[in-house]
Amino acid sequence: MPATTPRTIVTGVIGSDTHIVGNRILSMALEKAGYKVVALGALTPAPEFVKAAVETNADAILVSSLYGQGELDCRGFRELCIEAGLDAILLYVGGNLIVGKHPWDVVERIFLDMGFDRAAAPGMRVETVLEWLAQDFAARERAPRRQAG
Amino acid sequence: MHGAAALLIDFGSTYTKLRAIDLDRRIVLASGQGPSTVATDISVGMRVALEDLGRRLGRLPQFRYRLGSSSAAGGLRMVTVGLVRELTAEAARRAALGAGAKLVGTYAYRLTAADMASILALRPDILLLAGGTDGGNSEVILHNARMLGSSALDCPIVYAGNRAAWDSAKDLLAGKMAVCAENVMPEFNVLNIEPARAAIREIFLERIVHAKGIDRARDECDAVLMPTPAAVMDGARLLADGHGSTPGLGELVVIDPGGATTDVHSVASGQPRVPGVVQRGLPEPRVKRTVEGDLGMRHNAAAIGEMAGIPALAADARLPEGTVSRLIGELARDVDRLPRDAEERALDRALGRAALRCAMKRHCGSVETVYTALGPATAQTGKDLSGVEVVVGTGGVIAHSRAPLELLETVVAVPTEPESLRPRDPRFLVDREYLLYACGLLAQAEPEAALELALKYLKAPTEVLTDDIVANG
Repeated sequence: MPATTPRTIVTGVIGSDTHIVGNRILSMALEKAGYKVVALGALTPAPEFVKAAVETNADAILVSSLYGQGELDCRGFRELCIEAGLDAILLYVGGNLIVGKHPWDVVERIFLDMGFDRAAAPGMRVETVLEWLAQDFAARERAPRRQAG
Repeated sequence: MHGAAALLIDFGSTYTKLRAIDLDRRIVLASGQGPSTVATDISVGMRVALEDLGRRLGRLPQFRYRLGSSSAAGGLRMVTVGLVRELTAEAARRAALGAGAKLVGTYAYRLTAADMASILALRPDILLLAGGTDGGNSEVILHNARMLGSSALDCPIVYAGNRAAWDSAKDLLAGKMAVCAENVMPEFNVLNIEPARAAIREIFLERIVHAKGIDRARDECDAVLMPTPAAVMDGARLLADGHGSTPGLGELVVIDPGGATTDVHSVASGQPRVPGVVQRGLPEPRVKRTVEGDLGMRHNAAAIGEMAGIPALAADARLPEGTVSRLIGELARDVDRLPRDAEERALDRALGRAALRCAMKRHCGSVETVYTALGPATAQTGKDLSGVEVVVGTGGVIAHSRAPLELLETVVAVPTEPESLRPRDPRFLVDREYLLYACGLLAQAEPEAALELALKYLKAPTEVLTDDIVANG
């Protein structure tokens, strides 16, 4: 793919969650930063993220979850991607991921163990996410993993 | 004396049917019918039909237009290939159905050697190759182009996938007749089936008509423009939208039960009618055709029996269950049989009612309640046709029925299935003269006259049926 083609990122709010505002701000910021954004919006089941990523040949999926059921909704997400041939796709998750008070490093560990490359704590700034993406894409270009298909 | 006249021809799988139209007075002059002789020489059946028409008219007028549609020789057999089943593979399916095709195979993801073997065995007339949004996945469509390119497949291929991959795909398809149309899904979840449909129709007109030997009737027919289901669809669109200063009937559904399948066409936006309802899935085309391959009054009588259940059919027909089972078995073996007595008429009525009810239910969308953290919300899949005001019944089953209202009334929404978005309170029209396809064809040349004819000849099912129409139907 030529260097001028923008990278494609799929965004959406997973599960039965209707909190769309943060996800929309994130999608707008990504677009402004030059990414091609496929915004799936609220109430998006996990398989729909994966199907959208397959058709659009996406480079990353950014999953939002704000209503405390993130752990349930995101379980098996990486496996779904592998099943669809998206072995190497970048996966981020962010929001109020788990109900109740847990130290962030515990929450983060749960999601990294699920196969997400990054987990964003509540209050995370958009700028940080853009930096993560730049770093992670650059790292992949240096050491490309087996390309999915 | 007749004014300017038009001849509209349906080269069907069983009959060659003619309608002669007076373009000035906008009336049907007469109908004629002959056998379908596509297997030998289609012009033989055409001449028999013309003689029949001539007998009814006294003499044949000079026709200004002689336009045909065809479902002979198996119809327009198509195979579609896409990437994700619910996305580009579904978009490709809709494009093919919208072009009036008979879908004989649909494939998703990477074609395997076994898939290729089955495609070759299906002997499609056209293959539609989709996959990937523009700039999206190109790997799978290129794999599929390579498989098709290196196979013995000799039918035309319409490429309507990732635009960025066409240059490479074209090389892989070297030696095949392949044309590129706009992507059926240029952006994620954006449906764009019109260009692919147009490409399919063009290939039909330029190549398929000749390949199937339908153009042997060229002395009697100026052009075979499209597959018959596409002509019915064009007729439905004209009837809904109107032409020029003549308004149409507005949003409508046309239902066409046949011997092998039941077709449903809707011309309606189908958007949620209640604010706050979330639409799910691929956007719906305003003009949508679905084909129920398991709902046919003859070839699939047994399938209708399985779907509806023999006890339910027997109760509806007021026949013993044993009689229903026996008759269904006979119909499947004798697909050209018309009902011979009261028992067979009662069964046909019950089969028709079951097929229409089920076909309409599958064509229309549905709603479900999803529970969110903020309380319940309503999600809609498919088209909301609950507000559609007109349902048109066409095809022999309805046209020949002594009580078409008894068939058509089964398509409306029922209180026990509130999730189904079927028309709630439509008025019904019956295409007694089997004219909708003819209007769709005539619309290519004289849309104004075609619309006026459709408006004039589609009748409410309660209007008294004369013996004459029954005899000629």
